[in-house]
Amino acid sequence: MTANFNFMVGGEAGQGVQLAGFLLSKALARGGYQIFADQDYESRVRGGHNFFRVRAKNSQVGAIAESVDMLIALDKESINLHQKEVSGVIIVDGEKIKDAGGDSFFSVPLERLAGDKLMSNTVALGAALGLVGYDFEILVQVLRNHFGTGDVSQNNIKAAKAGYEYSQREFKGEFSHRLNPVNQTEGLLLTGNEAISLGAIAAGCKFMAAYPMTPVSSIMEYLAARSEDFDLVMVHAEDEIAAINMSIGAAYAGVRAMTATSGSGFCLMVEGLGLAGITETPLVVVEGQRPGPAVGLPTRTEQGDLQFVLHAHHGEFPRAVLAPATVEDAFWLTVKAFNLADRYQLPVLILTDQHLASSYATVDRFDLSEVTIDRGLLFSGDEAEQLAYKRHRITETGISPRAFPGQGKALVVTDADEHDEAGHLIEDAGMRTAQVQKRLRKLFSLKKEIEPPQLYGPETAETTLIGWGSTYGAIREAVDILRREGASVNMLHLNQLWPFPAEGVIDAIGRSQHNYVIENNATGQLAQLIRTETGKEVSGRILKYDGRPFTPAYIAQAVRKEGC
Amino acid sequence: MVTIADYAGLEPTWCPGCGNFGILKALNKALVELEIEPHQLLLVSGIGQAGKLPHYSRGNIFNSLHGRPVPPAIGAKIANPELVVIAVSGDGDAYGEGGNHFIHAMRRNHDITYLVHNNQVYGLTKGQTSPTSDPGFVTKTTPYGASPPINPIALAIAGGATFVARGFAGDIDYLAEIIKGGIQHRGFALIDILQPCVSFNHKNTYSWYRERVYKLGEDYNPSDRSVAVEKAREWGDKIPVGVIYKVTQPTFEEQIPALKKGPLVSQKLELAKVGRLLDEFG
Repeated sequence: MTANFNFMVGGEAGQGVQLAGFLLSKALARGGYQIFADQDYESRVRGGHNFFRVRAKNSQVGAIAESVDMLIALDKESINLHQKEVSGVIIVDGEKIKDAGGDSFFSVPLERLAGDKLMSNTVALGAALGLVGYDFEILVQVLRNHFGTGDVSQNNIKAAKAGYEYSQREFKGEFSHRLNPVNQTEGLLLTGNEAISLGAIAAGCKFMAAYPMTPVSSIMEYLAARSEDFDLVMVHAEDEIAAINMSIGAAYAGVRAMTATSGSGFCLMVEGLGLAGITETPLVVVEGQRPGPAVGLPTRTEQGDLQFVLHAHHGEFPRAVLAPATVEDAFWLTVKAFNLADRYQLPVLILTDQHLASSYATVDRFDLSEVTIDRGLLFSGDEAEQLAYKRHRITETGISPRAFPGQGKALVVTDADEHDEAGHLIEDAGMRTAQVQKRLRKLFSLKKEIEPPQLYGPETAETTLIGWGSTYGAIREAVDILRREGASVNMLHLNQLWPFPAEGVIDAIGRSQHNYVIENNATGQLAQLIRTETGKEVSGRILKYDGRPFTPAYIAQAVRKEGC
Repeated sequence: MVTIADYAGLEPTWCPGCGNFGILKALNKALVELEIEPHQLLLVSGIGQAGKLPHYSRGNIFNSLHGRPVPPAIGAKIANPELVVIAVSGDGDAYGEGGNHFIHAMRRNHDITYLVHNNQVYGLTKGQTSPTSDPGFVTKTTPYGASPPINPIALAIAGGATFVARGFAGDIDYLAEIIKGGIQHRGFALIDILQPCVSFNHKNTYSWYRERVYKLGEDYNPSDRSVAVEKAREWGDKIPVGVIYKVTQPTFEEQIPALKKGPLVSQKLELAKVGRLLDEFG
């Protein structure tokens, strides 16, 4: 039987919504469920309204759903805002939240059972899993893993048990969903940011400098916490300008380096991006999009920076832009980003967004034997002793072998000014032209490294939904929904956007009667890119720019409206 | 053996008589006397006439953006602490465009030397006011006179720099001694260098500086912070040159556990350890 169950934990910032949601996801993942969980939070430390949605299926899941089977309401506001989405049961502390009565409510005295207000969320977690008859032992394991072996751990297990038993004993309602563990799995549960962090470490990143900013701060924190074990340094810089310039300095000196920021932090980094461009310094930049302009909606999601990252900086130089589709993709594309940066000696952007950055998903364990580290053309051994070394030697491919300062007698000279082959500043027209052409030539071979867009569904369909980045899971499921209704629909999804894989897009557009871009922005930036790069105009744009992610149902409805 | 010939770089394009020539000579002299070979050295500069200095000397060179030489210098030093890293700026580069980097690099005490060619005017853009121009200095962008200047020495002492010195481009031997001290110092060393601009600053000329500068004597104790703060305020009829403040504090790089095993550039990745990280997500 297909399981497809949607939990929501709602409450104020500070009530432990995030932790309860995470532990719930973890417990279900341990029992073999596929999980997709997203976090909706406000830009504040206490109060307000936050929620954490956990979707559990026994088949692939890559998006959140609109309906809620079980709401764990830690405050009144959660009921007011979400009651209408709930088709199942609402767990609420009736002793604390008054007027929360009705058929769908199940009152659990969370605070009384917890003994300590701080653990109300753990009682609720136990009560929720008790209601669906889940294996309590799995929850115990998860709590132990999280809290360790001390008193805090014991108390949380006790609190969860009290909630679990209360549900089993007292629930008399009609709710009959059951979730039994499917199997034990080797899979992982992690966020997009965690996948990027792991990808960076696995790729041998040794240096990161960044400035904290939602939605990427957790990448900084993850790397900082593992710096000693992995011989890497994470510098919390004074600002984004320093962050990108420090990373460029480290990369020039020979280590793999990265920085991460949001769109508004990237505004400050734009100057440095061009420095990496003209000095041909390998650099990985994570750009976590959130709604702009300026401060916009700082804790929410958008895909509004595509055209920005493609064009950021004055002048012309090559770059690559990758946009992970899923948590798993975030890991592998991060590894790829470091390889492209080194092979082509240019900046590579990983364009993600708040939705992917902070959403949890279950993935198969990454096969580390598939990780390759390619540092590109390097000078080594005796070569590094050559006094005539020229960092920016004009070559057929545009790629000049790198030496690192201090590696040998070779002097590594580079300049933000236009320079000659040896790296010294020049004014000469001929050399300027030659260096511009050398840099741009790298695009020819770089282009071959870009995978064609992925097609999902039948190869030929009347309607093609075209998306990029984090919308992958939602569009994919929308295709499933529409196809079940008999519609002829497929998806074309791009996760490697620059150099633009034009052929695959032209091909797919040519085969469908309707083709709609699905984008989390207001102007259809991918549609613009498709027009510029292929001369093709898509037939429609399904856009959402309220700071919230797409759901499959939302996309399906919009496609029905457009006609398919 | 390192000789001065090892530091013969490209032909300078500075104006004849520019104070930068003295700074270049003093730097090369210091490097030779410390027996630092060009390949052991990294010169990171910004934009402005001072930013061109590395090309006229020799070494590994990263000529960066305006106001930004300090961050890439820091990144390179962390990646490879075995490099002797010297950042080079003008007063606009260091104290204007790069002000925030300057403040925070001092606070963190990165082990780099920072040479600031301070001519109290913008040279490359042809004669506008700078953050260190004397009050009332009339230029094309300040027709009613410049605002009061930054005091780089006082700012550096307050900001946590562990080596703060002032040199004069007209006294090459003494400047070379100061630069040697800065390079040998473990921690952030600011060397603010009075540099006459023969084209655009007709007030603070060689003779103007010569009449005012005096060397700090043997009896001066640079480790006394309150004396140093007092000395930093001296500007006018008498201008002190020499090491004004010097203390020993742990450097940023010394405090990083990951660097204890050697430079990051020579660290290898153990993929098996990454596998253990994955376990945490099971």
